[in-house]
Amino acid sequence: MSLLEIKNLRAAVEGHEILKGVNLTINPGEVHSIMGPNGSGKSTLAQVLARRDTFEVTGGEILYNGKDLLRMKPEEAACEGVFLAFQYPVEIPGIGNAYFLRSAINAIRKYRGEDEMDAMDFLPLFRENLKLLEMDEKLMNRSVNEGFSGGEKKRNEILQMAMLQPKLAILDETDSGLDIDALKIVARGVNALRGPERSMLVITHYQRLLNYIVPDFVHVLVDGQIARSGGPELARELEETGYGWAEPATQQALPA
Amino acid sequence: MATTAKLQNYFEAFNEMEARGEASEPVWLHQLRSEGWASFSANGFPTVRDEDWRFTSLAPLTRTPFRRATAADDLIPGIEALHLSGAACRLVFVNGRFAPGLSATGNLPAGLQVSSLVQALGDKTGGAEQHLGRYVNLRRDAFAALNTALWEDGAYIRIRRGARIEQPVHLLFLSTTGGAPTMTHPRTLIVAEPASQAVIVEDYVSSGNGAAFSNSVTELVAAGDAIVSHYLVERENYDSFNVSTLRIEQARGANVSSHSILLGGGLVRNNVHPVLNGPGAECLINGLFVGAGRQHLDNYMLVEHASPNGSSRQFYNGILDQQARGVFHGRIVVHKDAQKTDAKQTNRNLLLSDDARIDTKPQLEIRADDVKCTHGATIGRIEDEPLFYLRSRGLDERSARNLLLYAFAAECLDRMMEQPARDFVEELIQKRLREIANAEQQASPSSQEARADASPEEVA
Ligand SMILES: Nc1ncnc2c1ncn2[C@@H]1O[C@H](COP(=O)(O)OP(=O)(O)O)[C@@H](O)[C@H]1O
Ligand SMILES: [Mg+2]
Repeated sequence: MSLLEIKNLRAAVEGHEILKGVNLTINPGEVHSIMGPNGSGKSTLAQVLARRDTFEVTGGEILYNGKDLLRMKPEEAACEGVFLAFQYPVEIPGIGNAYFLRSAINAIRKYRGEDEMDAMDFLPLFRENLKLLEMDEKLMNRSVNEGFSGGEKKRNEILQMAMLQPKLAILDETDSGLDIDALKIVARGVNALRGPERSMLVITHYQRLLNYIVPDFVHVLVDGQIARSGGPELARELEETGYGWAEPATQQALPA
Repeated sequence: MATTAKLQNYFEAFNEMEARGEASEPVWLHQLRSEGWASFSANGFPTVRDEDWRFTSLAPLTRTPFRRATAADDLIPGIEALHLSGAACRLVFVNGRFAPGLSATGNLPAGLQVSSLVQALGDKTGGAEQHLGRYVNLRRDAFAALNTALWEDGAYIRIRRGARIEQPVHLLFLSTTGGAPTMTHPRTLIVAEPASQAVIVEDYVSSGNGAAFSNSVTELVAAGDAIVSHYLVERENYDSFNVSTLRIEQARGANVSSHSILLGGGLVRNNVHPVLNGPGAECLINGLFVGAGRQHLDNYMLVEHASPNGSSRQFYNGILDQQARGVFHGRIVVHKDAQKTDAKQTNRNLLLSDDARIDTKPQLEIRADDVKCTHGATIGRIEDEPLFYLRSRGLDERSARNLLLYAFAAECLDRMMEQPARDFVEELIQKRLREIANAEQQASPSSQEARADASPEEVA
């Protein structure tokens, strides 16, 4: 059985249709990449998957692990194993990183009927993942993402992913704003989490990230629809040709 | 005057105090009471036509015939649950009268002197009479005048020169309610001698339902280089009326923090009035008010800079739900000689419902020319972005909201440096925020769910 099956998904925001019939199937263990020009609907797709209610689903369906994802609240999707690494991680003053992470882990455990994780079990795991992402433990005494640099925020997303161990990880432009060293660290973190039990949807505007996280499949999203699909070579082709061929379509799609 | 009929109950209370005072009180105190009464009876309670009371109608208070509370019962079941553990001592006042049996004043740290105010004035060695009534303005302030006329007891705290007392002094003011509406007028005097240090927690609680009116006045005198932290905790029932006045007098280099935590009470007015009356004095005015139901929480700050090189910081955060109403009136007065004053004021508010309301008003009166004075206020709601972020990590909507409320409150908690006072108020705040998050959840079924149910069955 496939882990994720998106069928003819349509979504709108404020009456403006952004996703216009997306079809995508992801099997367990597969890494898919979605590329595409700015404004083509990549983040919209990611947020619909994470169940943000700003986006109104106007048609289609999403089966996740055999369940109707569109009936889930964000926290239910998360507890069922969906994780979104945000394109723009949110700063939350007043809530400590470590506290937040432990609350999230325990919320998920509770949902699954498992025992809470205590500080004794949390800390070694936390430290191990901090090391993997070359993050300073001191950063974790601060509030969630508060005063973090762009790169630190993106690393923090991957840290959270490593701690929460999702079944479906959606990375929304995790590479944007990273220098090459940070990009390598993030890619290493992501690759460490690849496995037969975990699927990934890696959204990126540039091919660069895909040199480090090599996907099984590449899709190009243009104007709310998947225009092309292929293997990793498609990403390299796009690097050379750019999205020029897709421009007229996007321009038409832009609101006047 | 027209309001006299309404004030009949206060007049009777004053007569009772007069009769008692004539027998047992020194002349100066007797005179002070008369002065208080003269001022109060001449002016009556303020109305919304008074600029300082524009946002708070006292009608519900003036139309309730409060009587002096009857003798205190020393048996209060469950009172242990109200204790602040780790306190240096505890003075309990039941219906405005000192309850020695419920208090703990043994084994005091060196340099700390505590007693009831009545005892202190009887002693004559403590120095209370030097300060009592010297700082409040009876003419300007009706509630301080009324308190001065009618107070029966309160606390006297003196910290000797150079003594640094780290554990807090816990003052617990308990009103037993349920019968006819009662009133108390607690009067407290805190004298911090030069270079001394102390933490005082004034805590207002009601035992039982029903209306009571607490009208407290605290005069806090901080001598040169003294460091004093004062906490006010209002956690009375939602029928209560609570007016508190904290008048702070600061000498050279004195550093005073006032932390107000308003969680309970129906109609609450929190007056904080520091006067920086010596060069280089510093003052922090920090507060959190959390209201729901029909609570009305009014904060009136008057920060007076009367000497050069003083610094004052006001930070008040408000959380208001349902039909609750909040007021923040932040007045800063910089007198002519107070050059190089640095005064700052920030009021941030979270409104959790369409019916909640906040009135926030800065008022700067600057008569010196070389000063730095800033103010700012914000009114917002729980934002969608952080809420979604937390939920996307698995926290349910209620927990996520609760966490965001806590984070907002934590801005105030982070300015409270003294343990165990900080932990004590943190626990009370968390409990109140949980109640609010739970009520929120019940009031609005998840919009997400409604949406999912309403979405058309896509594949027919
Ligand atoms: N909250 C929103 N309100 C209004 N328009 C939005 C909102 N989010 C996205 N859009 C619009 O939807 C389109 C797709 O955006 P997005 O999914 O962020 O694209 P991408 O991630 O591919 O750059 C854009 O035209 C964008 O302006
Ligand atoms: Mg995007």
